[in-house]
Amino acid sequence: MSPEDGNFIDINPQRCKGCAACVVACPNDCIEIGAEINSMGYQYARFAVGRCIACGMCFYTCPEFGAITVYKKPRKGA
Amino acid sequence: MHTIKHHKADSLYTTFERKAPGAEVSHYCPGCGHGTAHNLIAEAIDDLGIQDRTIFCSPVGCSVFAYYYFDVGNIQCAHGRAPAVASAMRRVHEDAVIISYQGDGDLAGIGMSQIVHAANRGENLTIFFINNAIYGMTGGQMAPTTIVGQKTVTTPGGRHAANEGFPIGVAEIIASLHAPVFVERVSLANATKVMKARMAIRKALRNQVEKKGFSFVEILSPCPVNWKMTPVEARRWLENHLEPVFPVGNLRDLAKGPFDPLDRKKPARVSERRIFEILGVNEEEPHSGTVRLKEEQNVKIAGFGGQGVLSAGVLLANCAIAEGLNTTWLPSYGAEMRGGTANAGINISHDSIGSPIVTHPNALIVMNLPSLDAFEDTVRPGGAIYVNSSLAKRPIHRTDITPYYVPASDMAVDLGAIQCAGVILLTVYALVSGAITIETLQKVIPLSIKRKNLLDLNLRAIEAGIAWHRENCR
Repeated sequence: MSPEDGNFIDINPQRCKGCAACVVACPNDCIEIGAEINSMGYQYARFAVGRCIACGMCFYTCPEFGAITVYKKPRKGA
Repeated sequence: MHTIKHHKADSLYTTFERKAPGAEVSHYCPGCGHGTAHNLIAEAIDDLGIQDRTIFCSPVGCSVFAYYYFDVGNIQCAHGRAPAVASAMRRVHEDAVIISYQGDGDLAGIGMSQIVHAANRGENLTIFFINNAIYGMTGGQMAPTTIVGQKTVTTPGGRHAANEGFPIGVAEIIASLHAPVFVERVSLANATKVMKARMAIRKALRNQVEKKGFSFVEILSPCPVNWKMTPVEARRWLENHLEPVFPVGNLRDLAKGPFDPLDRKKPARVSERRIFEILGVNEEEPHSGTVRLKEEQNVKIAGFGGQGVLSAGVLLANCAIAEGLNTTWLPSYGAEMRGGTANAGINISHDSIGSPIVTHPNALIVMNLPSLDAFEDTVRPGGAIYVNSSLAKRPIHRTDITPYYVPASDMAVDLGAIQCAGVILLTVYALVSGAITIETLQKVIPLSIKRKNLLDLNLRAIEAGIAWHRENCR
């Protein structure tokens, strides 16, 4: 998930409780629940490969505060 | 360069001081709808630029701790009373944006009348009603919104309409009233519906900023833990089971409220002098300060309700205040306005009074036989007992206290009104104890009597008490 690749989201592992609401919300299956466990004992979500369109569906369904930040790639020519 | 398209709202704190471990996460269970609703509200607060004038009313329920998250003005309200608190703030802070955020146990259970009346007054408020069909914080009991057949801790066989009634559609109730300008029910079941919820939340807040009136958004929200489902299953259940019972959609969206909230009449400024006049309290209350108590007075006055027991107590306490003494008055009575038993405890002292309760009086005034039976044994040795011998027709059996048998009811009837028996007994008590002077009693009694035509009668009752004392006490 390099910024050069396109739109992406950043999931803060310490703010995620692994509820998977974002996984279901993403229209392009960009998010998955990883195998790693954070300090609170949750298997947290992570951005997987996929065509993120920066729609923000994951951001708006996420019940945590600031767990997801959505980045949009620069427009062509901008 | 990438641009940040969506990020945590500024009106939410960055870290939350409540939890030592995991200060970056909420206290809500994984997949709880509260966090989603919080995010949507916070974003709207940011976008409307109202963070510095928003007051957020937290309810009782899981969202009781909302003030740990929202970086706005916060107040945590008694169970179900947030609409009343919000209404009060509305009346004194014209430009504040006041949000009442309540769950279904809080709003539709204990606080149902609060929300209905606030809505009916058309207060310019925004209400977010989180409906998860269950009492969440207390462990999943049936709520007014629990659907028929839903299993909860208190309906283990499923809610049965014939036993527990049907779920209450609060949005429909609010929409049945004239005053609200905006009523909508939304759902957090999936991303599309969350986006609709977002629009409703923004609209409800914008309405308030534009001073349109009462806006109400019911938010169907998942409670995975108490529904005993995964967060994903819970969202599916919400869509398949809750939404058919509580249909989402707009129930009202008026361009303009039925009245202008700014048109509300404001109370006229009233001077203190005028308040004293209205209350019938004379600013220049008699204040003699001449009495020296022999001992602290712990008085109990007991009798039937309606005999003037409590009023006599108030009169005595007011006289003590007029004498410049410290005093307390504590009534005790049943639910009946008339005919039950009543008593009042009055303490009078030169010093501070620790407790208003009179358990062992040194002066007992009894207006009837049941009170004599009940309290005779509680009088401290060496104390005095003033018996209304018209109704309590027996001698006292104690030998270590001084009795005064005053036929007060008979004397009062002779004067013209049985209600002034208490004043006669009080007069005798005043003369015997010296705790208050007759002059003070005569000056204070006009302030204590609501019906002024009875003033003359009560002054004559004092004279009758004086006469009885002169004839019977040495």
